[in-house]
Amino acid sequence: MRTQRTSRKPALGAVAVGAAATLLLSACGGGGGGGGGGEAVGSYDQGSTEVVNASDQAGGTLRYAMSSDIESLDPGNTYYGYVWNFSRYYARTLYTYSPEPGTGATQAVPDLAEDMPEVSDDGLTWTVRLREGLVYEDGSPIVAEDIKYAIARSNFGEQALPNGPKYFAALLADSDDYEGPYANEDDPLAGFDGIETPDERTLVFHLKEPFADLAYVLLQPQTAPVPADADTGEQYQEHVVSSGPYKFEGDWKPGSGITLVRNEEWDPETDPIRPALPDRITVEESIEQNEIDQRLVNGQLDVDLAGTGLGPAMKGQAITDEARRANIDNPETGALRFVAVNTVVEPLDDVACRQAVLFAASQEGLQRAWGGEVGGSIPTQIIPPAINGSDPSIDLYPSEGRTGDLDAAREKLEECGEGDGFSTNIGVRADRPTEVNAAESLQESLARVGIEAEIKQYPSDTFTNTQAGAPDFVHDNDLGLMIYGWIPDWPTGYGFMSSIVDGDNIRDAGNSNLAELDDPEINELFDEVVRTEDPEEQGRIYSEIDRLVMENAAILPIVFEKSVLYRPQNVTNVYFHAGWSMYDYMPLGTTNE
Amino acid sequence: MTAPLDASESADRAEPEAITHGVRNTANRSLRQIAWQRFRRDKVALGGGIVVALLVLIALLAPLLTRWFGYPPNEFHQSLIDPLTGGVLRDPSDPMGGLDPMGGISADHLLGLEPVNGRDLFSRIVYGAQISLLVAFGATVLCVVIGTFLGVIAGYFGGWVDAVISRAMDIFLAFPLLLFAIALAGVIPDGAFGLQGNGLRVGVIIFIIGFFNWPYIGRIVRGQTLTLKEREFVEAARSLGASNSYILFRELLPNLVTPILVYSTLLIPTNIIFEASLSFLGVGINPPTPSWGGMLSNSLQYYTTSPHFVIIPGLAIFITVLAFNLLGDGLRDAFDPRSTD
Repeated sequence: MRTQRTSRKPALGAVAVGAAATLLLSACGGGGGGGGGGEAVGSYDQGSTEVVNASDQAGGTLRYAMSSDIESLDPGNTYYGYVWNFSRYYARTLYTYSPEPGTGATQAVPDLAEDMPEVSDDGLTWTVRLREGLVYEDGSPIVAEDIKYAIARSNFGEQALPNGPKYFAALLADSDDYEGPYANEDDPLAGFDGIETPDERTLVFHLKEPFADLAYVLLQPQTAPVPADADTGEQYQEHVVSSGPYKFEGDWKPGSGITLVRNEEWDPETDPIRPALPDRITVEESIEQNEIDQRLVNGQLDVDLAGTGLGPAMKGQAITDEARRANIDNPETGALRFVAVNTVVEPLDDVACRQAVLFAASQEGLQRAWGGEVGGSIPTQIIPPAINGSDPSIDLYPSEGRTGDLDAAREKLEECGEGDGFSTNIGVRADRPTEVNAAESLQESLARVGIEAEIKQYPSDTFTNTQAGAPDFVHDNDLGLMIYGWIPDWPTGYGFMSSIVDGDNIRDAGNSNLAELDDPEINELFDEVVRTEDPEEQGRIYSEIDRLVMENAAILPIVFEKSVLYRPQNVTNVYFHAGWSMYDYMPLGTTNE
Repeated sequence: MTAPLDASESADRAEPEAITHGVRNTANRSLRQIAWQRFRRDKVALGGGIVVALLVLIALLAPLLTRWFGYPPNEFHQSLIDPLTGGVLRDPSDPMGGLDPMGGISADHLLGLEPVNGRDLFSRIVYGAQISLLVAFGATVLCVVIGTFLGVIAGYFGGWVDAVISRAMDIFLAFPLLLFAIALAGVIPDGAFGLQGNGLRVGVIIFIIGFFNWPYIGRIVRGQTLTLKEREFVEAARSLGASNSYILFRELLPNLVTPILVYSTLLIPTNIIFEASLSFLGVGINPPTPSWGGMLSNSLQYYTTSPHFVIIPGLAIFITVLAFNLLGDGLRDAFDPRSTD
């Protein structure tokens, strides 16, 4: 689990076949006479909730660009949401998120799989059947063992591909001694008994313990098939063997961009997810963010691959420009930005002192650092609206205009024996101006009740490992408050909260539970929820955890973050996808030549 | 800021010092008197000197200036700010009325407002001058102390002493200072040496810059010492039985003051830029204490809606560095025995 803006995303899936039909519905034939001018297509924020500019017009070139280098195009070696979304052009996974706008998008639906998994009564055995007629770009068949191999190379052994998550290694039974496919060239899968492949179309997953969210792990790109003889380890990214509608044109030289062309072997009959409209897909790498934004607005580019939206400079301009407003979407990304209130550092080890902080802080002031209402909505709880268990009625620290309740804060200070306030420190990532602005705002609002907080800056690349994420450092330096953020690996209460508030996940380094919240009641609820399959019951438990976290005042929510996405007029079938937290890339088409 | 100014007598002469009958008419004036004479006539250098003096005054009087013309440097004025763009509203009573292209520059806020939190930019620039000048002067003094001491010893004693110190200079000059500073700033503890928070950070930054830049002064001092120690007055002192320390500190050092003064004036702007770079990279002074580099770094994400926020701290750094450079150049020319006027 990571925390960054562009990190992985969750998804949903639901309707399968119905979705393609939906897209076609509104395809007003003429849709779009070239880029640039003309009458506006779509309206402000329309793409956040519905498909804009629906069309089934195929052909043309869809142009992506990215402000940094692409992390990796290898589906087995990536932890960034944009790669998870984009790699589906050429690497189909067992499941994927439902291709639709709205909250239904957070359902998992079958992709290579024929149906949802069959789960044994004890929750330990999950069986998945593949569709018939699946082939690679060279026409050879996709078999179950290739998927098992792909999971092995990205999860097991010291030589496992480094970038991706290691959920399978944590979850699968009978595999602890397995050293990975690169440790045994003769028989790469020997000793990997956590997955069985009784025939070419069947995978059987054996789990150590029941894990209700397994479908969300099965939709991660690590489940895209990799033929063992084509695997070249980390170099495999230079030419991934395609299982989807597009394949690499030549080889990819990392950093120099990539062109995808149609994979003629792909059979649309086997694929309910991808309309595959453009003939070609191009990606440019390391284009400066301001240039990307400028080209998007000018119609010279179709999609910013990173999916995080306009940079701060263009954002300010675009949202105030009436002419461009209709092309702007402003969806919630699923990320929570928050202040972790440490439960160990004195005097914040006293819950009343923490509650004083939550009462005194001005959420309205903090929200300004993210760009007001366009940057995010002010939460009263920690589970975002798109996730099951979200309960906006949890509001334990109300105040007028969300600017803080100073009287209540002073009462809480008396209660914890610090009537005149106290001193503490705010830890913040120095190279993130937004977070530094927020820290300054927090400092200002806490000072109103005598809480004197000093700001300590740290580099963002070590923040999670050696400073805020290292409890010893936090204690030694009295970091009572830390500005942080969280994007879940998948959109369930477990994916969202377990890393940041489950006491069992406190680690000596690389800790994400910055508050060091270790509440027995919360820990037990997490153990209970992974054994629960009924979504309603799950939601009830997640809400309960949320309420307990807020009672403990371990997290001061700042915003449910929103991005400002620009939707060029010549791109068709555009909608924000709550699973990927960006536009769904699979249905996109273009009216460009 | 230089020189004893008993040059009034000669300064009053309408005749410039000049070459008469082929002989330089400088016999009855000291080098400092001559230099002052030349410096006063160098309008550009004089201007630099005046700006530097003003900057020092501004930094010293920051609390008074902000009380008279501004607001406390950390006071928020969010009611004047558009929450969506972070820019300054044209009309605070009309949140939909668009942004003020001047960034709120007015009689009330002389240099406008900072985006998002709306702090008074004039006050922050004025207080930022304190940090910039404090770090620059502190680091320069440290450079000069270490550099002079080691430089004069290396030059005077020669031999293996010189070899050791000269190699040490080479090593220090090869050090990747900026990278080291970034790494060190990340691990500065909460308190040490009896200092806390920003006091400690300022101390550490001064130490880093000073400790690693001394060879620039050290080399110049060593070179000067090498020439001076062959001169007659040193020979004379030595033949009269003067001790090494007497010669070093009473005979050589006074003659080194001039080059040291000139080069430290030129070192100050380098150090100002270095401090600004550290703050720009987020490893300088902790917020909310204002620092020019920090403001510049923060400003880049608001350049479309608040261009003044980029320009003003940039100008502050630019003017300060330029003023010190002009002053330093002027001093160097004035003290250069080869220059004529």
